[in-house]
Amino acid sequence: MTRTRTPGISRRSTLALMGAGAMSVAAPWVARAQAKTIKIGMPTILSGRVAQLGTSSRNAVMLEVDKVNAAGGLAGRPIEMVIRDSKGQPQEAARVARELVNTDGCEWLIDGEASSGSFAVHEVARDLGVLCVHTCSEASSLTADPKQHIPNAFRCVRQGIHDSIVGGSYAAAISKAKGLKKWATCSPDYAYGRDTTGEFTLYLKRFAPDVEVISESWPKLFQPDYTEVVTKILQAKPQALYSCLWGGDLTSYIDQANIYAMFGQMEVFAVNMADYTALTVVKNLPKGIHSGNRYIKTFPTTPENAAWGNAYKAKYNEYPTNWSWQNATAVMFLSEAAKKANSTDGKKIAEVLAGLTIKCPFGADGTVTMRADDHTLVGYAIGWGTTIPQEPYVPEVKAGDWKTIFELEAEWKKSKGYT
Amino acid sequence: MDLDALAGCLSSSACLVTQTTSGLIIGMLLFLVAVGLTLIFGVLKIVNFSHGAFYMFGAYFAMTAYQFTGSFALAMLAGAAGTGILGLVFERVFMSRVYGADVLMQLLVCYAFVLIFDDVVRLIWGPEFKSMGMPAAFQVMPLFVAGGVVPPYYLLLIGVALVAAIVLGIGLSRSRIGKVIRAAAHNPGMVSALGINTGLIYGGVFALGGMLAGLAGALAAPVRSLTPGMGFSVLIESFIVTVIGGMGSILGALIGALLLGLIRSFGSQGFPLFTEGLMYLFMVIVLVSKPTGLFGKEAA
Repeated sequence: MTRTRTPGISRRSTLALMGAGAMSVAAPWVARAQAKTIKIGMPTILSGRVAQLGTSSRNAVMLEVDKVNAAGGLAGRPIEMVIRDSKGQPQEAARVARELVNTDGCEWLIDGEASSGSFAVHEVARDLGVLCVHTCSEASSLTADPKQHIPNAFRCVRQGIHDSIVGGSYAAAISKAKGLKKWATCSPDYAYGRDTTGEFTLYLKRFAPDVEVISESWPKLFQPDYTEVVTKILQAKPQALYSCLWGGDLTSYIDQANIYAMFGQMEVFAVNMADYTALTVVKNLPKGIHSGNRYIKTFPTTPENAAWGNAYKAKYNEYPTNWSWQNATAVMFLSEAAKKANSTDGKKIAEVLAGLTIKCPFGADGTVTMRADDHTLVGYAIGWGTTIPQEPYVPEVKAGDWKTIFELEAEWKKSKGYT
Repeated sequence: MDLDALAGCLSSSACLVTQTTSGLIIGMLLFLVAVGLTLIFGVLKIVNFSHGAFYMFGAYFAMTAYQFTGSFALAMLAGAAGTGILGLVFERVFMSRVYGADVLMQLLVCYAFVLIFDDVVRLIWGPEFKSMGMPAAFQVMPLFVAGGVVPPYYLLLIGVALVAAIVLGIGLSRSRIGKVIRAAAHNPGMVSALGINTGLIYGGVFALGGMLAGLAGALAAPVRSLTPGMGFSVLIESFIVTVIGGMGSILGALIGALLLGLIRSFGSQGFPLFTEGLMYLFMVIVLVSKPTGLFGKEAA
């Protein structure tokens, strides 16, 4: 008697496939061990109001990945980026991150999410044990809080606390010189706006103790009209205003404040002004707004930084953003770590990354470091200056002093109970 | 809560002038969007959930026309006329097919077009935010009235919205076409039996509603950033206005919008952390005391 097989897949094959599938889900590193290319997953925001930042993150990553691949890849393995839209929603960011690892076979993650999404992706990295580099979240607690610490996650982003220390020190010096004692604040009403404003005023008052905040405004995120906020500030008659509004909200605010001639009545400190996304969009940019550097190709004033900004513009026909340089730096770190480890094993890369210093166009002294104790980026170019309405937009930037930043950051961590 | 600041503002002529004009500006822009919404509901009995998209298109059309011509007047015309034509096409091709359908179906069609219109804007103008910039004629120092600050551009904005309100009010109550529109709202079957093309009336009303929202978008373009999806936040506030004023009432939309503008303006002084909440609280109070809204009519 001959046995005939029914068409289709056999029971044995089905069991084998199911077994392999289960293994690849439960232990993804087994299934991917033989892959020649290394897939790196990247959830980021490619739709919605801040899509421009997500797109600029993707562009910067691809700019650097192309260079790495042209030079032979990571330890001989070409990089294949798998970039997905999270729509800026934390739950979607977590779902996408998990899918990138479990279904798409990504071995590492570059997390291109804003703060809310980054914390969600961080938990995915904790759960799956996959190497993860956060590239956009500025929320200090992501790496400062020891409860968040995991050995396989790093943050390659400027930090809110660093900006506040430098901004507070810069603003205090101007306050003292010009006698600006009465301040108002106007920032978006969510975690980033509240935390950053609180930290800025903390250091402003530390460096200039006689400063008083006489008015606070908290417009909601993506509010279309700021008229009542502008007029409220005018009524309070402050001598200076601090704002961490950003993107389209900042440009709307400037346009609406402009027609009340607000910028002639007070000194304005807007930490997120000096980014090309805002600088190139505002048609009537007032002269003399004080801003932190986000990304401008003239700070740091090095040929490497200018060349990088020009290369990005040549390829994408627009200037990079603050998120761009951070994402580019993440790829530079990963590339250097793979060279040193001569491997793409996530654990080995993580061991090399901790404490690694690399040459970088965005470093204050030409280098940046992934600090070993809290896995966060330090040594990047940070400073404040005043804007002009045309290029170079911020002709002179007063660089922050990293020695002071480290001292005050340590104090801040202690006060928060992080150390 | 900062009642001292509110009391101080109410007793100061400078603050009163500034905050009142600020309330009028917010209110009049809201009115232009809300009146289209209420007009379409009054005649077509459709809650046009995609109405915010016309505000968005009005702003983008105006910006594009301004970039090409440098003329502010042509920019306003492009914003209003462009969205009027878009409204007519949208009503004839899509909305007219769901008039007899379930409310849920109508909402789904509208919501689908909210997403489609946002993507169309993204495809044409890109995902990044844009700015039209203030025309040179209005880049002047603000006026100072009794110590209060009043930007000239906002005077124009209030004036244009007021003219629109008056023309609309008189047109609907006095003109023949206005009477036909009101008749179609009451009894479309009878109007049709009299040989009047109700489809044309419906299309015209939708175009007018879209045109008013587009005009609001065009007027807002010099002072607000333009992004795909910018119509949504305006739509929510416009719904609040129509609910407060009474669905279908033009006078209600005007009064509702002005009240909301003043609540936001003076609320930011006295209740800086509860300004949004004040609007909803006011809506709840109106609905509890008069469920049809301030000027809404009871169902027969």
